[in-house]
Amino acid sequence: MSFIRKPDIRYKGQRTNALGLTLRDYEGGMSTLCAGCGHDSITSALVQAFFELDIEPYRVAKLSGIGCSSKTPAYFLSQAHGINAVHGRMPAVATGANAAARDLYYIGVSGDGDSLSIGLGQFAHAMRRNLHMLYLIENNGVYGLTKGQFSASADIGSKAKKGEINEQRPIDPVKTALAMGGTFVARGFSGDKDQLLPMLKAGLKHDGFAMIDVLSPCVTFNDHEDSTKSYAHTRQFYHPAVHADFIPPAEPIRAGYDEGEAVPVQLHDGSQVLLRKVAPDYDPHDRAAAMSYLERHEQAGEIVTGLLYIEEHRPTMHAINQTAATALRDLDYSVLNPGAAALAELQKRFR
Amino acid sequence: MSEGTKSRVNDFVIKLANVNGTGSASANSLLMKAIFRMGIPVMGKNYFPSNIQGLPTWYEVRVTSDGHTARSGSVDFAVAMNAQTYPQDLAEVSPGGYLLYDSTWPRSRVLQRDDITVLGVPLAQLCNETFDGARARILMKNVCYVGALAALLDLDLDVIRQLLEETFASKKALVAGNLTAIQLGYDYARENFDCPLPLRVEPLDRTAGHIMIDGNTAAALGCVYAGATVGAWYPITPSTSLMDAFKAFCYRFRRDPESGEKNYCIVQAEDELAAIGMVLGAGWNGARAFTPTSGPGISLMNEFIGFGYFAEIPAVLFNVQRVGPSTGMPTRTQQCDLTTCAYASHGDTRHPLLLPADPRECFEFAVNAFDLAERLQTPVFVLSDLDIGMNDWMVPELQWDDSYVPDRGKVLSSAELEQAEQFYRYTDVDGDGICYRSLPGVHPKGAYFLRGSGHNERAEYTEDAEEYKAVVDRLLRKWETAKELVPEPVVSGAGNRLGIISVGSCDGAVREATELLAQKGVPLDYLRVRAFPFHESVRQFIDEHERIYVIEQNRDGQLRTLIINELEPDLAKLVPLLHYSGLPIDCRFIVREIESDIAAGVAA
Repeated sequence: MSFIRKPDIRYKGQRTNALGLTLRDYEGGMSTLCAGCGHDSITSALVQAFFELDIEPYRVAKLSGIGCSSKTPAYFLSQAHGINAVHGRMPAVATGANAAARDLYYIGVSGDGDSLSIGLGQFAHAMRRNLHMLYLIENNGVYGLTKGQFSASADIGSKAKKGEINEQRPIDPVKTALAMGGTFVARGFSGDKDQLLPMLKAGLKHDGFAMIDVLSPCVTFNDHEDSTKSYAHTRQFYHPAVHADFIPPAEPIRAGYDEGEAVPVQLHDGSQVLLRKVAPDYDPHDRAAAMSYLERHEQAGEIVTGLLYIEEHRPTMHAINQTAATALRDLDYSVLNPGAAALAELQKRFR
Repeated sequence: MSEGTKSRVNDFVIKLANVNGTGSASANSLLMKAIFRMGIPVMGKNYFPSNIQGLPTWYEVRVTSDGHTARSGSVDFAVAMNAQTYPQDLAEVSPGGYLLYDSTWPRSRVLQRDDITVLGVPLAQLCNETFDGARARILMKNVCYVGALAALLDLDLDVIRQLLEETFASKKALVAGNLTAIQLGYDYARENFDCPLPLRVEPLDRTAGHIMIDGNTAAALGCVYAGATVGAWYPITPSTSLMDAFKAFCYRFRRDPESGEKNYCIVQAEDELAAIGMVLGAGWNGARAFTPTSGPGISLMNEFIGFGYFAEIPAVLFNVQRVGPSTGMPTRTQQCDLTTCAYASHGDTRHPLLLPADPRECFEFAVNAFDLAERLQTPVFVLSDLDIGMNDWMVPELQWDDSYVPDRGKVLSSAELEQAEQFYRYTDVDGDGICYRSLPGVHPKGAYFLRGSGHNERAEYTEDAEEYKAVVDRLLRKWETAKELVPEPVVSGAGNRLGIISVGSCDGAVREATELLAQKGVPLDYLRVRAFPFHESVRQFIDEHERIYVIEQNRDGQLRTLIINELEPDLAKLVPLLHYSGLPIDCRFIVREIESDIAAGVAA
């Protein structure tokens, strides 16, 4: 049997959120990924993010394409609808779904194979439209399901498990997102939940396309000594540029550091992201500076992480379209039907 | 009609040869509309090149008191405005016919034929003397020949004047200029030729209750009335005008003029792969969504179409067919995507096709398509073609029944889910192959995981042989249910030995050909399929006839292939009669082919 249902074990004194739901209510089926897979850590962070944001699970639509990462929506929010689309084309499905009902939370989980090869166009155009969704790239630089080929994010000089050396330039989702006009561009590491969790929460609350590239080492095909996407390599060259703290609407800001070291960013529902700057001169509102910062550190062999760019007020797809506030799918037919009289009147011009 | 062009009232063909990009389309449309307004049935077909300007383009106007909708296959009056095609235009005119050309540059040597009358009108000269500016002079040349035709054919100048006033209601200055050009041509013809010609029009009363409309506009109206709210597309000839029209109608009917709020969302996708993905996303999420495209677009959409079939998501695809294979001839017509749409995508797939014959059916079938897609929870194709989609057709006025209620199919509401003990997405509760579905965000009990990979009736991933087979076998049960839901064929005739099966835009030519053949003592019955899967009556029709001509517009007999594949009839009975030049089929072709088959003795 290829589907493993997770046992629903409840115990006394479980923590509940404002909806009275436990963390278990935000979980999904049993993961069938390899033991130790970075993707499972991201799943766990997502479960916690939704739980802590008090989002009703069934008001979330989970979307993915094809690949190891794309399996993960089955492992969280079992009470949410999920769709496992075709390779690289999840953004289009998300766009259509969002067009039909703008009032749900949309989360897309993709991978480097899914988003940066066949899906590169759709990834770019979803950002261009500023589609309102959280879009995760679980990035391991390798194709896991087909057993170890390089993906488009594999670094030059990185070595495959079977010894082949990658000679092609990688496509960096973060730099791509900056270039394509992404309004929320972040990078995290599956091994650093403390940094990832607030970024996920902020991404879910961002009114627009929130892209988080999460480095997520593949324990089976890309965690060896010569890999540049292994746990060891990522930890060694990990460079957190900006730490994000997520602050829900009603809570006061209690920053554990000096004024001036933190930039509060107001999100559309009144919540805030507090960007605690590790680099003293980092400005997360300056797209060009973000790009140059990335380039500089990349040349130094460092992997920059954090919420690297945010633009809070760029109109989303629906704002540009001026779509009605009510979800289109919920509009009554009487509102949509112009009626027989209008048809008769219209046809006068066809005579 | 080959017998020549003597006294021909309300029954002739004018073919206008122009250069693409010179603004002739509006002049030609004015000519056709004027005839229509005089109460005379008329048909217009545009043969245009796939480029912006400079190449030859033709517009054919058939004046037909009998109301025929197809090409006759002859030309009685050529308006030769394109020097590049003079020889071809001259050769096409039937004996006894006429040719009008711009005699500013005399062509007495080139335009010679003893059996027709060549009429020279110095259009450029007249316009150069009257109008300023190069662009105006070029445009007015076209209006000027409409004026000459008005005198030669006895068109009503008041009707033309009224049409111009309506067309340029917001640009009054243009009315005067156009009227001047009309008068220039009119006066010249009256002074130099015997007007009217034996070939002429006389007012009739046969267009009341009718409109002139193209299929793409009618289909777009159908989408509006069906309650479609999401349209995703990538521009491609000849389907582009469908979304243009939908956008314009939505702006008129679905937008709050004060707030600007829109009850619709149209997304111009980055490509066809994305367009169909968006439609499926919207369909999964409960909106009525569609995409217009053509053959190459369908090729790109294939993977997602299979996904829609297996995951069971409603979607409507309009395929306005053009000439294939590959890029083919983008601005020519064919019916060459029947098989590719019927079985689109890899694996065992089958998709309902709706096959309109004219713009009126485009309107009706658009509405049917959304009902069927949601009832059957599957992608549904409306297969129109360039001839239907982009040409102006005279059809009875479109009707709408305000009591219409969209068939949203088996969608469980929040209250129903609340009541339900357990919901499984792919369980065939009713035995008709159609399962109940739930929409995202409606109720926690409705949640399921949708995928294009193997799943069981509980929507769980599976590679179990029996569970897989149970799902694909149920899809066949759904296919059987579909047969009862799709539009029935139109059958005419009275138990003759010979029959015709045809489809879509062949209809006008087939109906005219059967009339002509009946007059010649060859009576034939006629069945027009209007949908795939085939209705049971198609099988009956085949059983009841000895020899059946399967008439369609493609090289390989795709309709015949589908019939053979699905109904397994006696192959020898089905005679393919194929027209695939890219021009719309004409009745002459059908008459000739059937007569020659009979003459060969096989059908005797």
